[in-house]
Amino acid sequence: MTTQTATIARSDNSALGLAIAVLAGVFLLFASGVAQATVLHDAAHDQRHAMAFPCH
Amino acid sequence: MTKNLLTSAVLAGVAAGLIAALLQFMFVIPHLMEGELYETGARIHFATGGSTQSERAQPSIGTDFARHVMTVAFNMITYTGYGLILLALMIFANDKGHPLTPRSGLIWGVAGFIAVQLAPGIGQPPVLPGAIGSEVGPRQAWWAMTIIVTAIALALIAFGKGWIALLSIPLLLAPHIIGAPYLDTYFGVAPPELSARFAALSFGTALAGWSSLGFLCAWFWTKADEA
Repeated sequence: MTTQTATIARSDNSALGLAIAVLAGVFLLFASGVAQATVLHDAAHDQRHAMAFPCH
Repeated sequence: MTKNLLTSAVLAGVAAGLIAALLQFMFVIPHLMEGELYETGARIHFATGGSTQSERAQPSIGTDFARHVMTVAFNMITYTGYGLILLALMIFANDKGHPLTPRSGLIWGVAGFIAVQLAPGIGQPPVLPGAIGSEVGPRQAWWAMTIIVTAIALALIAFGKGWIALLSIPLLLAPHIIGAPYLDTYFGVAPPELSARFAALSFGTALAGWSSLGFLCAWFWTKADEA
């Protein structure tokens, strides 16, 4: 009984971990590829062109 | 496990970003800066009497270190972002009985290139600075939709049982039948050869970056998992 509970808890935890990783990835990509703020856009400009982000 | 996931993705993302940036400085950035000469009008492709000849010479990438440091930094951020998502998917597949190895990681990386660079790039190729495009919102929507639909199609090919893999064909085609948003006018000021070369070099460096990313994500994660 105890073992089963632990297994379920661990798998819930890892699903949460995967979700956190995906969200963190989307957040970084938003900053580096999508956000329109001038400061971000100018700093990321060459990289955005090289990686073909549709940004302007 | 989450700790291994985050650490491995960040290490792989930073390393792949460095590799991609190095290749960009060798191949892509000189062409980008040559394109800027046409963007600013320093060079004109239709100079004399409508002649479409202009000099082919890449400018030195110059001494603007702040600009180039930003390019390296943002490559690391971009590849770390993609790495976090890619490794989360790899681990999800691993938990469902598709073991992750550095070798299979390489295939994941190439699949990532197909979904994130090649498929959207078919409709919206990489463009030089100064290129005029349609309104950015619909283009970003088409880009994101194409990436997601292509990724689902590749997952069906890789993991779909029996005939379900065939569903990937309409999914792969759909974004291109719908078509990317475009303008009714050509505005290009740079020579077509330069634009084409820039696009091809961008794809080539992105393929190297993505292959490295897939391999390294799997490599770091399997090492950390053994430890």
